[in-house]
Amino acid sequence: MPVVVKRILFFVALILIWQGIFLLGIWPESMIPGPLTVAETIIAGFVDMTLVYDIVASFRHLLIGLAVSLVIGTLLGVLLAKVKTADETLGTMILALQSVPSIVWVPLAIIWFGFTEASIIFVVIIGGTFVMTMNMRIGIKNVAPIYLQAARTMGSKGMDLFMKVVVPASIPHAVTGVRLAWAFSWRALMAGEMLSTGPGLGYTLSYASDFNNMSLVIGIIIIIGVIGSIVDQLIFQRIEHKVLKRWGMEEAA
Amino acid sequence: MYLNIDNISKSFQRQDEQQLKALENINLEINEGEFISLLGPSGCGKSTLLSIMAGLSKPTSGSVRLENNIITEPGPDKSMVFQEPALFPWMSVKENVTFPLRKNFSKKEQEAKAAEYLKMVHLSQFAENYPHELSGGMQQRVAIARALAMDSGLLLMDEPFGALDEQTRQVLQDEVEKIWLDTKKTIVFVTHSIREAIKLSDRVIIMSARPGTVISDFRVNLNRPRQQKDMAALEEDVMAILKTEIENVMKEELQYAGSR
Ligand SMILES: Nc1ncnc2c1ncn2[C@@H]1O[C@H](COP(=O)(O)OP(=O)(O)OP(=O)(O)O)[C@@H](O)[C@H]1O
Ligand SMILES: [Mg+2]
Repeated sequence: MPVVVKRILFFVALILIWQGIFLLGIWPESMIPGPLTVAETIIAGFVDMTLVYDIVASFRHLLIGLAVSLVIGTLLGVLLAKVKTADETLGTMILALQSVPSIVWVPLAIIWFGFTEASIIFVVIIGGTFVMTMNMRIGIKNVAPIYLQAARTMGSKGMDLFMKVVVPASIPHAVTGVRLAWAFSWRALMAGEMLSTGPGLGYTLSYASDFNNMSLVIGIIIIIGVIGSIVDQLIFQRIEHKVLKRWGMEEAA
Repeated sequence: MYLNIDNISKSFQRQDEQQLKALENINLEINEGEFISLLGPSGCGKSTLLSIMAGLSKPTSGSVRLENNIITEPGPDKSMVFQEPALFPWMSVKENVTFPLRKNFSKKEQEAKAAEYLKMVHLSQFAENYPHELSGGMQQRVAIARALAMDSGLLLMDEPFGALDEQTRQVLQDEVEKIWLDTKKTIVFVTHSIREAIKLSDRVIIMSARPGTVISDFRVNLNRPRQQKDMAALEEDVMAILKTEIENVMKEELQYAGSR
C-alpha cells in the first residue's frame, strides 16, 4: 500500500473515532466539539478572512524573525568555528541558551518591547538563532580535511579557501541548521503571539480560549500543525535531501 | 624541478600516547625531470612521504627542498593526485578540473584545458555530471585530469591508477608517460604494481616496512616504450626485495597478535 494511502486511511480513521466519541456525548460540546463543527469554524474563519489575516501576520513575524536569526546564527557559527577562545566562552553560553525554552523569553520581551510585534519578532529571533549557530559551527569545523588539503595543493588559501571550499563543504550542516531554525522559530512564534494583542494565529488561539470557543481552539491547533508539517516536508526536507545527495552524503533515492 | 629530501623522519602521536614512527631517515635526491616510483608494503609511509613533499605536513625532523628552497607550504608549483579522489562534491566534473586554473587562465582557456584533459581520461561525456554520479575509478580519473591540467613542475601521484581496470590503466600509463616525455616535469609516483613502476620510471625506490626507510634505489635503463620481455628480469629482482619486506610486516603483525 502506498504511504499516501496509509496516511489518508489513518486520518480518516482518526476523524471517525473523534466523531464517535463526540456522538457518545460523554463530554459536553464545549469541551469536545465534533469534527464537523471544527471544520465549519475553520471555513468560516477563511470566508470572513480573519484566519487569513492571522496567517499572514504570523508569517510576517516568522519570516522577519527567521531571516534575522539565520544571519546572526551564521555569523556566530563562523565565529565559534574559527576563533577558539570565542568557542570556549561564548560557545558554552550559547549551548546553555539553546536549552532554554522560547516561552521563557516572552515576559522579558514584553518588558523590553511591550505588547508589540517587536516582542514577537524578538522571541522568534531568539528561537532560531542558537540552533543555527551550533549547526553552522559544526559544519565549518567538520569540513573533511582531504578537501582542504586538495584545495591547498591547488593554490587556494585564505579567503578563497574559505569561500570556495569551507563554506560550500559546510552547506549540508547549514541546511539542517536552517530547517531546525525554522522549526524552533515556529514554536517560538506561537509562544510569543499567545501573549500579544494580535493579529496572529497564536493570538487568536489564546483569544478563542478566553472566550471558551473550543472549536476555534482545535481548529487553530490543526492549522498550526498542518502549516508546520507542510513547510517542513514540502520545503525543507526536499532541499535537505537534494543537498545531501549532491554532496554525496546520502544514497540516491 | 629538482628535489632534495634530507634525512627526514616522521612520527605520529598514537591514541595510547606512544609514538608511531612512520618514516625514518629518508634521504633522496630527485633530479630535474626524473620519473621516480615509490614501492613498499602497505603502511610503510609512502603517502606520508608524498604529503610532506607536497608541503601538506611537516617532517618531525629533516627537511625537503624544492629547487633549494625548503618546502613549508603547499602550492600550485607541486600538484598532487591523492590516494582517494578528493573531488569537491558540490562542483561538476568540469568545475573540479578548472578549480586550480581559475586565477591564471581566462574562462575560455579553462574550458579548453578541461575539455582536453577530460578527453585524455576518457570522460568528456561526464563534464557536466557531479562526482557522486561517477564510479570510484571515474572519480580518480577526474582527479588525475585535474592534477595534469595544473601543469606544475612537480607532480606527486599516490596510487593514481589503483582503482582502474587493466586496460584503462595501461591507456593512462601511456598518457602520463607521453606527458612526461613532452613536458619533462618531475614525477613522484606511488604504486603497488612492480610492473607499472618499472614500465614508467627512471628510478624505482623500494621502502622498508614501518618505519619506512629507503632500502633500494634501482635505476631503470631500458628504452621507452618499454617492452614486457625487457622488464622481466628487473621485475623479479624487485619482487624478491619486496617479498621479504611484506613478509616482515606479516611476521610483525603475527607476533603482536600472538603476544596479547
Ligand atoms: N594522520 C595520521 N595519524 C596517525 N598515524 C598516521 C597518520 N597518517 C599515517 N599514519 C600512520 O603512518 C603509517 C604510514 O601511513 P601511510 O598512509 O603513509 O602508508 P602508505 O605507505 O601510504 O600505505 P598504503 O600503501 O596502504 O597506502 C601507517 O602506519 C599509518 O598508520
Ligand atoms: Mg598510501
